Amino acid sequence: MERRAFTEEMKKDGWTIVVPNMSPVHFNIMKRIFTTHGFKALLLENSSPSVIQEGLKYVHNDMCYPCLLVIGQMIDAIHRGLVDKDRCALIISQTGGGCRASNYYFLLIKALERAGLQNIPVISANLQGMNSNPGFRITFPMIVQAFSALVYGDLLMLLSNQTRPYEVHKGDTDRLIDKWTDYLGSCYERNRGYFWGNLKRNLNRISDDFSAIEVKRTPKVKVGVVGEIYMKYSRLGNSNLQGLLESEDCEVMLPPMMGFALYCFSNGIKDEEYYGGRGRYALIMKHIGLPLLSIIEKWSDKAVRRHGEFHAAATFKELEEFGERFIDRGCKMGEGWLLTAEMVELIEKGYDNIVCTQPFGCLPNHICGKGMIRPLKEAYPDSNIVPIDYDPSATKVNQENRIKLMLAVAKEKLEEENPQKKQ
Amino acid sequence: MLKVGIDVGSTTMKTVALREDNSLAYSDYQRHRSQIIEKGREMLSAMMKEIGDEDVTISLSGSAGMGLAEAASIPFVQEVYATRTAARTFIPDTDTIIELGGEDAKILFLKHGLEVRMNGTCAGGTGAFIDQMATLLGIGMEDMNALSEKSTEIYTIASRCGVFAKSDIQPLINQGAKTEDIASSILVSVVNQTIAGLAQGRKIEGKVVYLGGPLTFIPRLRYFFDKAIGTEGICPDNSLYYVAMGSALSPGGKRMKLSDVIMALESYSGHSSFIKLDPLFADEDEYKAFRERHSKASVPIRDPRTYTGRAYLGIDAGSTTIKTCLLAENGDLLLSRYSPNNGNPVQAIRSFLSTLYYEYPDITIASSASTGYGEDLMKAAFSLDYSLVETEAHFIGAKHFMPDVDFIIDIGGQDIKCFRIRDGVIDDIFLNEACSSGCGSFLQTFANALGKGAEEFARLATEAVSPVDLGSRCTVFMNSSVKQAQKDGASVNDISAGLAISVVKNALYKVIRTSNPEELGKRIVVQGGTFLNDAVLRAFEKELGLEVVRPQIAGLMGAYGAALYSQMMAKRDDLRSSSIIPKEELDALIHSVRNTRCGGCTNHCLLTVNTFGTKRRLISGNRCERPVTGKAPASADHYDLYAYKQELLETYRKRKEGTKGTLGLPLALGMYELLPFYVTLFQELGYDTVVSPFSSRDLYIHGQASIPSDTVCFPAKLMHGHVQYLVDQKVDRIFIPCSSYNINEDKGNNHFNCPVVAYYGEVIKGNQDLSGIPLTLGYLSLEHPRHLAKRISELFGVRRHEAMKAVEKAFAELGSYRRRVSEKGLEIIEESRKEGRPIIVLAGRPYHTDPEINHGIDRMIVQLGASVVTEDSIAPLTGRSGYNVLNQWTYHARMYDAAMYVRDHREMNLVQLVSFGCGLDAVTTDEVKDILRAEDRIYTQIKIDEITNLGAVKIRMRSLFAALEMEESNGKKSIH
Repeated sequence: MERRAFTEEMKKDGWTIVVPNMSPVHFNIMKRIFTTHGFKALLLENSSPSVIQEGLKYVHNDMCYPCLLVIGQMIDAIHRGLVDKDRCALIISQTGGGCRASNYYFLLIKALERAGLQNIPVISANLQGMNSNPGFRITFPMIVQAFSALVYGDLLMLLSNQTRPYEVHKGDTDRLIDKWTDYLGSCYERNRGYFWGNLKRNLNRISDDFSAIEVKRTPKVKVGVVGEIYMKYSRLGNSNLQGLLESEDCEVMLPPMMGFALYCFSNGIKDEEYYGGRGRYALIMKHIGLPLLSIIEKWSDKAVRRHGEFHAAATFKELEEFGERFIDRGCKMGEGWLLTAEMVELIEKGYDNIVCTQPFGCLPNHICGKGMIRPLKEAYPDSNIVPIDYDPSATKVNQENRIKLMLAVAKEKLEEENPQKKQ
Repeated sequence: MLKVGIDVGSTTMKTVALREDNSLAYSDYQRHRSQIIEKGREMLSAMMKEIGDEDVTISLSGSAGMGLAEAASIPFVQEVYATRTAARTFIPDTDTIIELGGEDAKILFLKHGLEVRMNGTCAGGTGAFIDQMATLLGIGMEDMNALSEKSTEIYTIASRCGVFAKSDIQPLINQGAKTEDIASSILVSVVNQTIAGLAQGRKIEGKVVYLGGPLTFIPRLRYFFDKAIGTEGICPDNSLYYVAMGSALSPGGKRMKLSDVIMALESYSGHSSFIKLDPLFADEDEYKAFRERHSKASVPIRDPRTYTGRAYLGIDAGSTTIKTCLLAENGDLLLSRYSPNNGNPVQAIRSFLSTLYYEYPDITIASSASTGYGEDLMKAAFSLDYSLVETEAHFIGAKHFMPDVDFIIDIGGQDIKCFRIRDGVIDDIFLNEACSSGCGSFLQTFANALGKGAEEFARLATEAVSPVDLGSRCTVFMNSSVKQAQKDGASVNDISAGLAISVVKNALYKVIRTSNPEELGKRIVVQGGTFLNDAVLRAFEKELGLEVVRPQIAGLMGAYGAALYSQMMAKRDDLRSSSIIPKEELDALIHSVRNTRCGGCTNHCLLTVNTFGTKRRLISGNRCERPVTGKAPASADHYDLYAYKQELLETYRKRKEGTKGTLGLPLALGMYELLPFYVTLFQELGYDTVVSPFSSRDLYIHGQASIPSDTVCFPAKLMHGHVQYLVDQKVDRIFIPCSSYNINEDKGNNHFNCPVVAYYGEVIKGNQDLSGIPLTLGYLSLEHPRHLAKRISELFGVRRHEAMKAVEKAFAELGSYRRRVSEKGLEIIEESRKEGRPIIVLAGRPYHTDPEINHGIDRMIVQLGASVVTEDSIAPLTGRSGYNVLNQWTYHARMYDAAMYVRDHREMNLVQLVSFGCGLDAVTTDEVKDILRAEDRIYTQIKIDEITNLGAVKIRMRSLFAALEMEESNGKKSIH
């Protein structure tokens, strides 16, 4: 099919690129990168029920929930006039993995045709050069900036989640996130001060800043959230799960996105080992790519460890080891073995109350999520894992009820561990 | 001080007061009919009368109780947690609790760390389900137990989801199976559902306690649980009140007076936070105008007492109801009846005919025809002249009201049927899949649950001010949506209207899958009993933004069409008189039903034999014609590539002695294609290969306990049974291939396996007890033979060159197998073309070859007179084309190519097999359809699961053939 491309002129004319929002912390930083490179971007926040209605209307209803949401959110934004439909383009990621999620780009195009919006250009965000658009070229500085945004976002998310529930002055934590988002944005604009040496320095400063927030650390129920990547991070997807948990007086742990990025890069190495035929990629990744990335990962890790009150996330190496205890690392579609590894990590780190989020009928999660709960329970009888399915029609009351059960057990455990805490 | 606990379940409310020593001072149990706040007030007032108004501690629990807790600011206790607290207090040595409630099912393992299993978002085998089934059988819930005690035979009823079970029960009813047996079968299916869906491999053992309404009221249900678990569980005193007692016992109870709680509830006006939709009618006038407009589509009615002469009878034996129409020669409607079949459709028609014969002796039946699910039964029972597939009957009926109709949608009690008409023939058919039958009987069950009659329920909807948005998926989801709306304080009016809108959205977006109403056309006839509900009709018009025609006899259209058909056929055949049984024979009609196992082949189908007097009988439940004709159906295999594939695969079962012991290969998922490869490979390496048999129901049940995800596709679930078989055979090692990549046929951008085929072995490794037999998960790909040999040599400790030799042989064998399949495919196509036999490309995945997965659909199609070939046999006939999807899965790429080939060959038609829960098919179905529609070809999709009923599939296939025939006679010439 002939698609209208996003052209240089459109970029110059200030057309808006509509960006779905997966994780607010990360994407708010990413948005600044767009602006820096001359794109006008709209980060979607619309979350009314009409989002799902539009999704159901234009996407095959058996498609996974994130797909319905992302596409529904875009069409809803257009129909509500949040963006000028004659002067906008949509951007969607395209991973090319074996999971059906790799079809989002095509499903978005089909949905636009059904909605009579086929004139709107669609930009595929990928590093393989698939379905390119002349007006949207991913340049080297963009990649470096985006990568750094991932690292910064992860650290901000990790530390803020460990600070917010304990802060003495409500709002301190979120203000600090805003401050850093602004500062990093200005670095991107100047195209300096955000990478390598500066990256290392900034990470340390972030850690110091969070440590300086006045907190009162009382024992709280600690809940880890894992699952399909969109459901895990997106408030729209998981009906603000983090908010719900925090309102129930919990500390929430979300594994960093860097793990997912490294997981994606490292899969090619396993592929070469198991199936052959990918020697060059594997060689470069193994000896240059991953070591380089793990240097940065180490900086992040060190920054967290500067202050005893913070728990660091597992390094990728550790994750590999955690995963291998239960599942082969050849299992690489969707979140694959990483999902299992993250559950192990959380349990090992004391976040043994876990919500495993997945879209209803998510194929990889049949295996790496629900399929691994039993062996995990056998190895860690005290772990308290609740899988939650998300779906356009799954009602909140059912989900909340299951989460409440998990919390009831968690609170009981917490009281046993801290008998002095008053009820 | 007394401790008060309240439990608000999905359908009932329980209140208890416990004394200091935890003995029960007061208890009450009532249905709340969604009036939770009012009921709460009422029940607490009743309690106060008994126990006085001293200070008490109070807590509240239950899935529908959060709203009430909030309203009265009472602490909320999660219900599973409450159950455990109660069990610990009253039966401290409990190991396992099985609790069935109105809409939920739970298993609690109390020993070795609390483990709770609750039914997920997709499960129906609960109290509400039993209720619904009882309604279907026309009996009360309390009769269920008594009937079950008298049963002699258990039928297989799908246990995964209530809706599936329903579509298994329906044909049983229509075939005349005994109600006693059905009752037991329903209970057993609930047991299976609970054990398979919830225990998930963890053994239920030790002291088992049964709680909740269904298990308390139906001892037979406990009996079947005992039998399945192999234990004797107990159902304690107050088994209904455990959640309420547990919440009373919970330490967080708030100290207050009952009168304060009651007062808080009185002043509480539920803040309605549910999502509201626009009202169906703005005002009374709009409703009047609407009624006025629809009253125009009517049939002239004539008093049968004034009519003498020939009349035409049409019978539509539907799933829950039975409809009859009697037409005069000029088309006037003489008599009609619309009644529930109460599980005995023969009786219903018998009474109709009896009335006809006795009260209107001047009317002679000139011709008669039956249609619907029970068409064969009716035809045999009363010796009718004709029968026709129901889609055709509805089309004939609709044409009468709108000769140039271009779209018909029929929503009945159990099913939704839609057909698009193009150039006077049915051109596209949509039937609801087994999962989405949110139809009429659902509305009715809900009306009953809320204490309303169907008509009143419909009327309330038309008055609704702000209908609730309930989503558009399956009935089980709607149940929980309603629960949510109740929590948020929605009125019955709003819920009724919301349900009507849901039914419409379900039909439009789930079944027809339209996004643009214009796709349906401008001239639409709606029919089926459900459209007699004005709210549904209105919701449909509003959703489409169109005015449609609803015949006043909307509920009778199948019967009306059948009557018209019988008249038409009588004219064509010059029928003098009808063969229908006369008065005397009707009076003497003895109808008996007998069940028997067919001994014709290894399938051992459970046959239901209906005998009518001495002359006529009907056999159903059979997969082939052997029990009817007495002849083996062997000849048909000649036209069936699926059968040929099975035959070929069977040859790889041959054992070969080896030096390295036995190696078990489960014949499931990817192995269906790679069996020739792996058998050859391992035999070459010196293993004695043991291959599991084709799947069967028994094999499935044998392994179902260890399935961790109840929503994964059926072919994957079967893997557990295959592995269990190998474990029972005590093989020395089991091998399951795992691979991200499939064979590279250079058809698309990549050649992936779907995630389930790729890694399901991991699930087996993590969840199934293999009795110590080592399991090798072979992360291997057939892309690079050299690399493969290297991997094999590492995995199995053989020398590299030996491995290479074996790999080469294995490739050769796989090549020869696939060649033979495609050659046979071409042969079938060639021959069928010569004979003018229609060719159906039954497109699925290699594992759809399994007879338990395809349920013998291939054979059924052959019996209907067509040939069947597979997608992989014709995919190589077309080159690579550009498709509008990411084409990166090997199995799916074949389907696109097959569709491309079919598109250009009019003597062929494609029927796509879709496994329920197959995520990738959400992508492929639309694309395959688009490919075919581009050349105006008919696209047919069949969704399959563990369901065993071929009735709906047969209707679909017959409709397809009927449409093809009409197309032919309308002069659309084929290219060849």
